[in-house]
Amino acid sequence: MSDHDYRPKSKVGQWFNDRLPLLTLANHLTDYPTPKNLNYWWTFGGILTFCLITQIVTGLTLAMHYIAHADMAFESVEHIMRDVNYGWLIRYIHANGASMFFLAVYIHIFRSLFYGSYKSPREIIWILGIIIYLLMMAAAFMGYVLPWGQMSFWGATVITNLFSAIPLVGEGIVTWLWGGYSVDNPTLTRFFTLHYLIPFLILGLVVLHIWALHVPGNNNPVGIDIKKPSKDTVPFHPYIVIKDGFALLMFMIVFAFFVFYAPNILGHADNYIEANPMVTPAHIVPEWYLLPFYAILRSVPDKLLGVVAMLSAILILAVLPWLDTSKIRSAVFRPLYKQFYWILVADVLILGYVGAMPAEGLYLLIARVATAYYFLHFLVILPVLGFKEKTLPVPLSITEPVLGGSPNLAAARNKESKIE
Amino acid sequence: MSEKKTKRRDFLFTATTAVGAVGAAAVVWPMIDQMNPDASVKALASTEVDVSALTPGNTLTVLWRGKPVFIRRRTQEEIDEARKVNMEDLIHPEKDEDRAKNPEWLVMLGVCTHLGCVPLNDKGDYNGWFCPCHGSHYDTSGRIRKGPAPLNMEVPKYEFVNANTIKIG
Amino acid sequence: MKNLFKLFSIIIIIIASNSYSFAAEKVKYLKTDWSFKGLFGKFDRASLQRGYQVYTEVCASCHSMKYLSYRNLSEPGGPEFSEAQAKAIAASFEVTDGPNSDGEMFTRPGKLSDKFVMPYDNVKAAQAANGGAYPPDMSVLVKARGGGVDYIYSLLQGYEEAPSNISLDDGVYYNKYMYGNKIRMAAPLLDGLVEYGDGTNATVEQMSKDVTTFLMWSAEPHLESRHQMGFKAIVYLIILTILVYFSMKKIWSRVESEV
Repeated sequence: MSDHDYRPKSKVGQWFNDRLPLLTLANHLTDYPTPKNLNYWWTFGGILTFCLITQIVTGLTLAMHYIAHADMAFESVEHIMRDVNYGWLIRYIHANGASMFFLAVYIHIFRSLFYGSYKSPREIIWILGIIIYLLMMAAAFMGYVLPWGQMSFWGATVITNLFSAIPLVGEGIVTWLWGGYSVDNPTLTRFFTLHYLIPFLILGLVVLHIWALHVPGNNNPVGIDIKKPSKDTVPFHPYIVIKDGFALLMFMIVFAFFVFYAPNILGHADNYIEANPMVTPAHIVPEWYLLPFYAILRSVPDKLLGVVAMLSAILILAVLPWLDTSKIRSAVFRPLYKQFYWILVADVLILGYVGAMPAEGLYLLIARVATAYYFLHFLVILPVLGFKEKTLPVPLSITEPVLGGSPNLAAARNKESKIE
Repeated sequence: MSEKKTKRRDFLFTATTAVGAVGAAAVVWPMIDQMNPDASVKALASTEVDVSALTPGNTLTVLWRGKPVFIRRRTQEEIDEARKVNMEDLIHPEKDEDRAKNPEWLVMLGVCTHLGCVPLNDKGDYNGWFCPCHGSHYDTSGRIRKGPAPLNMEVPKYEFVNANTIKIG
Repeated sequence: MKNLFKLFSIIIIIIASNSYSFAAEKVKYLKTDWSFKGLFGKFDRASLQRGYQVYTEVCASCHSMKYLSYRNLSEPGGPEFSEAQAKAIAASFEVTDGPNSDGEMFTRPGKLSDKFVMPYDNVKAAQAANGGAYPPDMSVLVKARGGGVDYIYSLLQGYEEAPSNISLDDGVYYNKYMYGNKIRMAAPLLDGLVEYGDGTNATVEQMSKDVTTFLMWSAEPHLESRHQMGFKAIVYLIILTILVYFSMKKIWSRVESEV
């Protein structure tokens, strides 16, 4: 990278930049060499940044009107919906924004899984991403509690009770989380505090995530290392900016459709009933984006092991770079992995589906099989596949895609090392 | 030919940027407007006060839009004092006749026009009000006579609904 | 572009599959043509005004609507009574206010800024008066029920003789659209129960439709502006997307690569 050589043109710019090299940073970000073959699956990083900023801005404005008190929370949300200028718009953007955020993050994660973006040298980017994802789940869960409807209350009760599965100290932890003997006003106020804090933690981690990305540079659909800058790359601005912008606008059309025409379709009707500690709704389900994990939790008949399984399902992703033993990144050149990848996608969708269904009969059986397969994929299939799979020849560079009599991998490596 | 092409390209970029900027501005407005008084606050904009128990020489303080309103039933001396003042002596010249349509009743926002403190009744060099924060003196018509405040205390929109009830706002 | 279509179809499939998974209702609700559905959906003002009449004359004796104020009745996008009418409606209710300077509560005629007067002082009183069942607050009722307007509309017309295999306790009624078919509310509507000022024939079906429309508005008072703004926003986004698409094509034409 040529960052070190950058000198602002103006005298004032030089003076400022010598003291705080913001202009160097801006120059780095605009010139950042990006592989030119990135497809639209790569635009979700930008879309996620947009989602985070949208949630923070709408969240701040909602917090100006929301009252975090068990007796007033529900009413204050209705006040926002009815009386506050554009309050309904801001709240619907925030509520649906959470769903959009998760939709985008799942695409982002599965893109990474397909193209092997988590592999060396990008493990830290990946792990930071998993931490961001965990924090997103925490923020979304606590945010869902704030309107203090029936689902808020009972969702909070069920999820906080997960901690009671911990031997010996579990009950104590739950009481500590609640600040009482049940989910009540102290729980609500602390959830509000944390819900306000977490997005800023996420923001900080996003900065690190992007920083860590800019060290090795982007992975790409072919999955090979590229020299930067070279004829395989384009500067981030304007090429990637405009492409991300285009994808973002498409995303915003979907987003707007939900906000304006189906604002409550992703929510649950019971959350428009004020919280009542005396009556549990007939059917408690989390928001759609947590359903696969909810299914894993319920598929294990033991309380403690269920919680362990659910947590492992997420944490297993953090060690994924070491579970996947394949030297080839992109699934494009891994015919077997590609098939297992789509089976995993189907598996997670099935888990999501059974997570929304009652945990009984056939649904429970399906959930158990799908849970078992989920772990099988990461713990057995991936490590073995790396050794057994016969991969396709990988091209030398993006501009030289493999067509017909392409060099085999060994020859390619040979040639590459000679060039260097 | 190529020149024409460049021009068209420039136009395309300008149009895209302009349309994008309009959208961004439109998005900013709801975020600003949400801080303006909401519909329930606006609905409370008027309040009715029963003044039947107020005797001459006394002041009733009521809350209106979150601010104190002084309702003073003035004595004849206070009215005379307020009406004989020479306009040249005033910092913010206003006739008492214009401030109190019904001379017996003075209705005004009990907020010092300097920095928003509430002045004290029956205090100060002009037998009217005195603001303890920075020493502004108001006369029996609530006009600023001495001190840092620039304006007379504000007279809100009000009316007598009947002989005993004043509607403010 | 091909990828893009793939992407969006996948998004839509995911969303569709998820929303369908929640729609676990098996009963077929009665259908009617709601004027407020669709891209440009608006409320039928006359229906809203009639619906308000049904609410006050029938429902309000048990069901509160605590998040509504009388001023809402004259606000744009709602029943749009004139301000004078709304004031008269408000004034016809006794509102408890206070404390006065003697520290006592007193009643006065309602004002536009007052909330709808509640039939009971609190939930316990409501339960005591209704054999233990709390008549739910109706402000957001439509959004608090899975089937939404269709459910409420059907429920109001769903009273029937109980099948012989179902035995009902005292004060429990059979309704084919109620979850579990047992409801604590007696059939609230019967033909000609209210007399509409505009001469509309007050059949059970008509009253159900009117009051459900009214409940939809009370749950979503900004529905009309939402639809209007939504249409503008989406048209705007499509125009900008097209502009950005061609700008992108121009910019990327400098590199020999497919976007």
